[in-house]
Amino acid sequence: MKYTQDHEWIKIEGDIAIVGISVHAAKALGDIVFVEVPEVDAEFEKGDDAAVVESVKAASEIYAPLSGTITAVNEALEDAPETVNSDPEGEGWFFKISISDTSDLEGLMDADAYAAFLETL
Amino acid sequence: MRYLPLNTNDRNAMLDVVGVRSIDDLFLDVPKSARIDGLIDLPTHQTEAQVDAAMTALAGKNRAAGAGPFFIGGGAYRHHIPSSVDHLIQRSEFLTAYTPYQPEISQGTLQVLFEFQTQVAMLTGMEVANASMYDGSTACGEAVLMACRAKRRKKAYIASGVHPHYSATTKNVCKFLDITLDIAPSAPSRDSAVLENLDKDTAAIVVQSPNVFGEIVDLTPYAEAAHAVGALLIAVFTEPVAFGAIKSPGEMGADIVVGEGQSIGVGLNYGGPYVGLFACRQKLVRQMPGRVCGETIDAEGNRGYVLTLSTREQHIRREKATSNICTNSGLCTVAFSIHMSLLGEAGLRILAQINHEKACQLADMLSAIDGVELVTDTFFNEFTLRLPKPAHEVVEAMVGNNVLGGLAASRLMKGQDDLLIVAATETNCDEDMNAFVSALTEALS
Amino acid sequence: MSVMNNQGRQTTPTQTAVNEVETVSGNKGLSQRELLIFEVGTPRRTGVDFPERIGTKNRLGGQERTSEIGLPGLSEPEIMRHYVRLSQKNYAIDLGVYPLGSCTMKHNPRLNEKVARLAGFADLHPLQPQSTTQGAIELMGTLAHWIMTLTGMPAVAMSPKAGAHGELCGMMAIRAALDAKGADHKRRVLVPESAHGTNPATAVQCGFTIDSIPATDDGRVDMDALKAKLGDDVAGIMLTNPNTCGLFERDIIEIAELIHGVGGYFYCDGANFNALVGRVRPGDLGIDAMHLNLHKTFSTPHGGGGPGAGPTVLSDALSPFAPVPRIEQEGDTWKLVEDVEDADGDSFGRMTAFHGQMGMFTRALTYMMSHGSDGLKQATEDAVLNANYIQASLSDVMSPAFGGICMHEALFDDSFLKGSGVETLDFAKAMIDEGYHPMTMYFPLVVHGAMLIEPTESESKAELDRFIAVMRSLAQKAVSGKHIDMFKAAPIYAPLRRLDETQAARKPVLRWTSPEA
Repeated sequence: MKYTQDHEWIKIEGDIAIVGISVHAAKALGDIVFVEVPEVDAEFEKGDDAAVVESVKAASEIYAPLSGTITAVNEALEDAPETVNSDPEGEGWFFKISISDTSDLEGLMDADAYAAFLETL
Repeated sequence: MRYLPLNTNDRNAMLDVVGVRSIDDLFLDVPKSARIDGLIDLPTHQTEAQVDAAMTALAGKNRAAGAGPFFIGGGAYRHHIPSSVDHLIQRSEFLTAYTPYQPEISQGTLQVLFEFQTQVAMLTGMEVANASMYDGSTACGEAVLMACRAKRRKKAYIASGVHPHYSATTKNVCKFLDITLDIAPSAPSRDSAVLENLDKDTAAIVVQSPNVFGEIVDLTPYAEAAHAVGALLIAVFTEPVAFGAIKSPGEMGADIVVGEGQSIGVGLNYGGPYVGLFACRQKLVRQMPGRVCGETIDAEGNRGYVLTLSTREQHIRREKATSNICTNSGLCTVAFSIHMSLLGEAGLRILAQINHEKACQLADMLSAIDGVELVTDTFFNEFTLRLPKPAHEVVEAMVGNNVLGGLAASRLMKGQDDLLIVAATETNCDEDMNAFVSALTEALS
Repeated sequence: MSVMNNQGRQTTPTQTAVNEVETVSGNKGLSQRELLIFEVGTPRRTGVDFPERIGTKNRLGGQERTSEIGLPGLSEPEIMRHYVRLSQKNYAIDLGVYPLGSCTMKHNPRLNEKVARLAGFADLHPLQPQSTTQGAIELMGTLAHWIMTLTGMPAVAMSPKAGAHGELCGMMAIRAALDAKGADHKRRVLVPESAHGTNPATAVQCGFTIDSIPATDDGRVDMDALKAKLGDDVAGIMLTNPNTCGLFERDIIEIAELIHGVGGYFYCDGANFNALVGRVRPGDLGIDAMHLNLHKTFSTPHGGGGPGAGPTVLSDALSPFAPVPRIEQEGDTWKLVEDVEDADGDSFGRMTAFHGQMGMFTRALTYMMSHGSDGLKQATEDAVLNANYIQASLSDVMSPAFGGICMHEALFDDSFLKGSGVETLDFAKAMIDEGYHPMTMYFPLVVHGAMLIEPTESESKAELDRFIAVMRSLAQKAVSGKHIDMFKAAPIYAPLRRLDETQAARKPVLRWTSPEA
């Protein structure tokens, strides 16, 4: 599991990356009420807005952590957005994206580095 | 000054607490060059009686619609509003409350909004509605923007017969957003041209029924054509009373329904404030502009209402909001909802029937005049006549007989000089209609 | 023995301690439960009587409605009860202090309501021949004159329907002016972080992008940051003055010069113009466009969220692009120019059907004439004095965000609550139990846990003193740490307890549906 400074996590399975938000982010957002996932086959450049996660009083964009094509989305979040609160780094995943350029993965933090990063906030 | 409770002693005592010597010391951040010494050159204060008299005199320079025979529609309709409506909306708790952001002490407004949304959805045959827009024209513009967002497309068509002010308002909100808007010229005939121009870049087509000429339009072929290319049908109306007599847009396949609610509860008000009605299919709800009220429970499990889905709105989403709208037509939604609750389905159907019968009666009377032709063969409470003379001259001539006999189409659309658009409602009696026939006959002779 | 009246009825209350009881009806004295109209009315009932029908052939073209609509109807007595009961669940200015910062909840004079209902204004159709509506157009022209004089601006567009619509009007005029110059590269609009959400939302609707400017430690535009962001691609700035922290932007004239220096335009958000009326004319500050919120500054009522009215003043540079309709006067004749082709200059178009919020115009002009230039100035001064009095009276127990003199509203942050376990939200809800509407919370975004208090000029000193005493007491209770349960549970004396907003947003129920469906 790798993390970004935008509090997203990335789990790499072969040439596919699974993306979600960190426990820290889920907690900071509070009760999540809605998740808008991208469409399968949508193409994103690294840093594009790929999804939206909403609490009652806030909406946050989820950026594509790397360039690629969406291969799957977590449709269960449509009916059960609270999964992002209960299991953010597991069942609460957002989408799977193909890895087109492995250099996009450089600079991601591992769990320890992310924990250290959170300390600095 | 009768509205200002502080007196000089109060002010001095308060200045002491603040720790400054004079009021001027509170304005020291204002650049010196912009400070005003003395008074701005406008009249000084007046008593209530003085202002009342001055405003009454000004009002007296207008010919009120009810002061004689009156047959103008064109997007605003004169209906009888029960006295209880105006009494209730003047309750301080409705009149002098803010937007219901504190739900614990705003359940009155919130429950009315929930009821209003349900009434609008029922009336239009849609699944959900918002808590109002400014008016029908701005709701129409927002609907096109919403369709473009929902479909991620940048092209829309406005069919012939959509109120020209609505087309112009919509064109205006689209003009800086790279949205291609095709507006069919207004003429009293069905246009099928729009159906042939649709393609996979089209987000929506906009069709009005009854349209600006009063014609009733079957929306079904428009819905089918739009859906065939993955576009949405936006149905527009200016006379909600019509839905007591004709099929709702929802029944005919519309995806978004927008229109003017003024006829129910609001009154003419020289054009505003009115109340924009905005309804759509459930699946589009997160693209909807404006406030929405939803049901929930409180900490003790009691049913209650809150403003919800706020992340669509500007105060949270800022530049990514679905619209910049904030203030809407709050009190007009209350008026609409009260009047609609008085009518009920039974009352709305009778009201609609009476409006239609009055219009049929008047259309027969007027088209019997030599040279006058009825050009709309279907209509609800508004129809269009072709006159042998420029309609605006005829309208002005009838003013001389104290008859406000319809609307010259040229006021809304240049080039349609010989068309007169006439509305009849339950407020029109036989004597008024006879006076209209006489005045029109005289004006044409 | 207690005194008995001649019916043998006891007239002094019995001293018995009874805790809150569950009533059979669910009502609590004057606080009545009220079902939805769909649960009390039926589609077969109506509260309106109709004349006999004539009965003619129908010309509906085969589009007759056959399906049920489902709209419930009620008789007039039932209607009165339904809406009066609902009204009693609302707070209102007429009930008490409504200190919502940035919202300007001032007294709504009833003469305004009376005038707006005169048949010559209320029962007037927007498309009547203009010869029959001369008084209405004259009223619009007169109001326009007052607005231009008070703002020191040469033109005003009257048709915008509310503040945000006025912002759209002003920004569209700016975009049109840039387009007319062929300045296609100017697309960046500077917006302070403290801005109302409508500002960025509006700029985007005009095809602009947003560039945010930070605030300084004293709550004003950071001039160094502003200068660093200037460039040839800047279309303009949107700035509220006084700003949303309740502070006058001291450098505003320099800001205007800087923006004009790069060929941009200055949009001023006029939401807080009530702090300036009669003392400062925005036209003297170098602005190009500003909307007025007639429902705030000039007290046409808020009506539970609207309607508003947002006439927008424009500089000479922008006035040629003003929307239609335009008001013109030739001799004694007043005229509305309704078509873009007939308007002078290069009008950007039409913002709405018809001519604007006439019902608000009548109220606003009535308000202005009642106050006069002297009363309007006094109202401004009293509003600013009241805000400063509150700030000064609370500064030792709460934490003013910036200190110093404020304008019409006083901003506090939540630092005084730090460690108490009480949050801004809890504090606000506790105010409800004390009989007050909460202040604006969590806005502006530049201050942590913001509490923005705007008393307006409508409060007497005695009322302010009671409010201050309550706020002091709540602040002391909050920091004492002994009353945290009270704050977390608040409100308990409102018609409802705290509402579950999460449930409302997760599973939206936006309309009533029949339980049978």
